[in-house]
Amino acid sequence: MWRFVVGRLLQAIPVILAVITVTFFLVRIAPGGPFDSEKAVIPEVKAALEAQYRLDLPLGQQYLAYLGDLAQGELGPSFKYPGRSVNELIAAGLPATAELGAYALLVAVVLGGLAGVVASLKPNSAQDYIPMSVAMIGICMPTFLLGPLLVLLFGIHLEWLPVAGWGDIPGDKILPSLTLGAAYAAYIARLSRAGMLEVMSQDYIRTARAKGLPEWQVVTRHALRGGLIPVVAFLGPAFAGLLAGSFVVETIFQIPGLGRFYVQAAFNRDYTMILGTTVFLSTLIVLFNLLSDILAAWLNPRLRAQYGEA
Amino acid sequence: MQTCARIVTCCLLAVLLLACSAGESNVAQGNRDGILHFGNGSEPQGLDPHVVTGVPESKIIDALFEGLTRKNPWTLEPEPGAAASWEFSEDRRVITFHMQPEGRWSNGDPVTAHDFVWSWRRALDPAMGNLYAYMLYPVKNAEAYATGKIDDPELLGVRALDDMTLEVTLNAPTPYFLQLMDHYSSFAVHRETVERFGKATDRFTRWTRVGNIVSNGPFQLKGWELNRRIVVERNPQYWDNDTVRLNGIVFYPTENAVSEERMFRVNQLHYTGDVPLNKIPAYRSLPNTPFVEAPYLGTYFYLLNTERPPLDDVRVRKALSMAVDREAITRNVLYGSNNPAYSITPPGTLGYQPPQLFTYDPTEARRLLAEAGYPDGDGWPGLELIYNTSESHRKIAVALQQMWKDVLNIKVTLSNQEWKVYLDSVSEMNFQVARRGWIGDYVDPNNFLDLYITEGGNNNTGFADPVYDDLILQRAPRAATQEERFALFHEAETRLMEQMPIIPIYTYASKHLVHPSVKGLPANLMDFINVKYIYLEDVPLTEFKLE
Repeated sequence: MWRFVVGRLLQAIPVILAVITVTFFLVRIAPGGPFDSEKAVIPEVKAALEAQYRLDLPLGQQYLAYLGDLAQGELGPSFKYPGRSVNELIAAGLPATAELGAYALLVAVVLGGLAGVVASLKPNSAQDYIPMSVAMIGICMPTFLLGPLLVLLFGIHLEWLPVAGWGDIPGDKILPSLTLGAAYAAYIARLSRAGMLEVMSQDYIRTARAKGLPEWQVVTRHALRGGLIPVVAFLGPAFAGLLAGSFVVETIFQIPGLGRFYVQAAFNRDYTMILGTTVFLSTLIVLFNLLSDILAAWLNPRLRAQYGEA
Repeated sequence: MQTCARIVTCCLLAVLLLACSAGESNVAQGNRDGILHFGNGSEPQGLDPHVVTGVPESKIIDALFEGLTRKNPWTLEPEPGAAASWEFSEDRRVITFHMQPEGRWSNGDPVTAHDFVWSWRRALDPAMGNLYAYMLYPVKNAEAYATGKIDDPELLGVRALDDMTLEVTLNAPTPYFLQLMDHYSSFAVHRETVERFGKATDRFTRWTRVGNIVSNGPFQLKGWELNRRIVVERNPQYWDNDTVRLNGIVFYPTENAVSEERMFRVNQLHYTGDVPLNKIPAYRSLPNTPFVEAPYLGTYFYLLNTERPPLDDVRVRKALSMAVDREAITRNVLYGSNNPAYSITPPGTLGYQPPQLFTYDPTEARRLLAEAGYPDGDGWPGLELIYNTSESHRKIAVALQQMWKDVLNIKVTLSNQEWKVYLDSVSEMNFQVARRGWIGDYVDPNNFLDLYITEGGNNNTGFADPVYDDLILQRAPRAATQEERFALFHEAETRLMEQMPIIPIYTYASKHLVHPSVKGLPANLMDFINVKYIYLEDVPLTEFKLE
């Protein structure tokens, strides 16, 4: 098992290095620079700015200097927010994004898991079709539509919940978490239904039923563990996806998170910020994939044996 | 299992109940405590007046700092700021500012003339990389210093005669110079504080952070949570603290106008930086409407690349411009909130009226196009219009595309570009027609007309006319009276519009939602807010029910 973990971590290094290299050169190929603005920039001013950010050096040298800084954990100064380092901006945005992601994941697992399990118990009946149709709608409905709809209903017509903010007014975290979690809940519903259907036809379930266990105990004690393995495998990438993809929800609800910084950085050609967030998020994605593999192995003895041999 | 489900249900209900008792709104609380909740567009780049550019930054910096003068929001005339009074020399090239005797930084230090000398040197230092350095170019030798042609700051036309007297020498009489004194690029910063955290010209220091920053305006920085809020509170050291009526302001980075409008509707904001276009009719129809609109010193227009065919022919440029029904655009696309423009300078800047050389004239447009060799669009080589990605720019471009098709029977293709790509295309003149907007930095026709001097950094059309250059750069600054000066501007602008290197479309309007409790915040041409005069009246909260 340890060899598996260490091996995966070593594999991650070239992946992340490749991500850095591609991003570094891609953002510089994009037309327009960080100091272009609607009003013409005085050449002397532009030169001074470029010198302050080492943009006057040859590109290869800039790349090496960046890698050098990165090795020391320095992501460099932001172009858009002078006086702030990328490390600081990520640190400022991460808590809100991580919290939002965690709540969204919770919403996804609870709602999705419940719907999937319920649906799988009576396949091809109304109990199956209704939650699965809702899930299909959930997958299809983009957050930029669902968010405003929820706001209109709960925020403006019913006036139950705040329309925007994060931690300012009690309850303002509910709508964003629901919005972000909905699409993932739908995926999880489908995954858990499929997983449960497979497990429910296994022999050991028949044995459990034969023992005379009530159906709900068959489900909770015997079926769930096996049936939710596909869901667990999905959780790692899902959480990384929630962190990296929360931009729309953060914008709709004015949440001070990482996603907004990331997208603004791309629009502003904030080279260091784009690179910093990309490096940070890709590292997270690699880590979470690994975590969910480990978790899946823990749940599934067959995989565990396989990793043990490897 | 059933008990478990019950417990879960109860918990969920409790959470919901807690959520519903959301408590007092920001506006209600703010009205009681004298705190203004202000939708401010976006997270500011920073708070160093010599580093940042942009409107959201200016709103916060105006609350924290104060220039030599500060505009009156009703008249836009300069009022005493860090300077208590000033006088001009006979030839109007030397201004002597007398500092406020009670002027204090927020740490209690006096605000002196030396602070301004040091700060202006900093603002103009090429190493500073100040994008707004050119605002101080009317000062003697400022341009030479900022572009590295001279490196002795002593040669700059700004010096302290003593602690309380600042003498500024200009290159030429500059009628709008006092207006520039309340632009943040001319503000003073506290030298000791700046130097405590780094070099004077270092952009990366922490001197503007909460707890570090020392400022001289009516408010001081109390809290700064990135992408969440900036809180300022009354500065008791401020010389005119008695006039200030608010106890504090909370600035919210409300990037998304749609969300901002929703926050306003549920009384989370007193003021919005913007209003979504499609909400305007609904707000207008409200009794006692919170919707406030006013002409804004800016023009929306299209740049024409006069160096590329078919736009190298002035007849084609005129035909395109005359085929545009501007009234229809402002009425149908912009919900009647802007005025049609027929020239680059917005009407009524200090009483200056720009020339109007043409109107919507399909017949004349067709005649001109035929004369240029494309009768009824025959042989038209095609034309591409670029704009930066945005729904409102697209709507206008589509409207013009259709008008050109209907009136001139010509095909124009539209191409939207991401912001920085678009900026690159415009500055490289890699376009035929490009959308453009220009917002005045100060109220004076010069601010619009000097765009089109030959090879000007913001010209981007290839327009070059030595007579025009002479009028703007040489003759207008030397004019003895404002009437004479405006006559020269009028002459220059007439020459410009005869060549039609741009297609003016509309003049801007500022649009805000302002809660009825907010007073002392008049609409004006600069969309300028003087935080000193704002106060909140405890009016009963209204619900804005939109149909």
